[in-house]
Amino acid sequence: MISPDSIGRTFPGTESITISQSEIDAFCAVIGETDSSIAPPTFSIRISLQQSEVILTSPEVGIKWDRLVHGDQKFDIKRPIKAGDVVTCSSTIESAREVAGNEIISVRSDISSAEELLVSSWSTLVIRA
Amino acid sequence: MVNVGDSRMIKDQVLAEKVFYLNRALLKQYADASGDQNPIHQDEAFAKSVGLPDVIAHGMLTMALVGKYVSDAAGGSAKVLEFGGRFTKPVIVPAGHDVDLTVSATVSDVAQGKATLSISATSAGVKVLGMAKAVVAL
Repeated sequence: MISPDSIGRTFPGTESITISQSEIDAFCAVIGETDSSIAPPTFSIRISLQQSEVILTSPEVGIKWDRLVHGDQKFDIKRPIKAGDVVTCSSTIESAREVAGNEIISVRSDISSAEELLVSSWSTLVIRA
Repeated sequence: MVNVGDSRMIKDQVLAEKVFYLNRALLKQYADASGDQNPIHQDEAFAKSVGLPDVIAHGMLTMALVGKYVSDAAGGSAKVLEFGGRFTKPVIVPAGHDVDLTVSATVSDVAQGKATLSISATSAGVKVLGMAKAVVAL
């Protein structure tokens, strides 16, 4: 079960991540995108989902990642990510509820470069009973 | 002024269908590109041990491919402003097979320089994304 104290909390991204051209190229190659001058629309999941795993599986939150299923996903792109961006990702556990023994957790991730918000995304994660 | 070019869209316009193909090699490639190495997307024995029919594609791989469809329809990734959907059924990827992901869309709204696309995505005839929508700049 998720720790009730963690619901509504924002976990600031303290680690700066420098986006490389090679990681954008690799993502583009999977989907057949020939223009890798900017990251494709869903590229930021590479950053946000990894961060969510670290936060949600920390002892203070207490989620078991191996029972996790991705329920839905939404992106709001203010400015596409590109190589050379130095970004941080803050994550907020917006809500958690239980349905038939499964925990349904909504996480918002905000990816910023300096003070500029680049991408906000929302993930619904289902922790199966 | 009249807008011309790839990104011109009008309400109720039906956009051309596109078929993507997924196989085990693509799942491995996506695992490496995304950092999601969950074994349910690579290891058949593991997938079956947790009650899945076979290896399944990452939901986010499905969404990445649908995102490519949206980028193409809009005239480039830079025009994609919002994109979302619900993972309704997994895309099942048996060994040695190329599995289809069939994507189409309708322009459901056009306003203030933006178009909203209502997207359909199926694999083997089964709907794999629900409530899939994108907002693109015109």
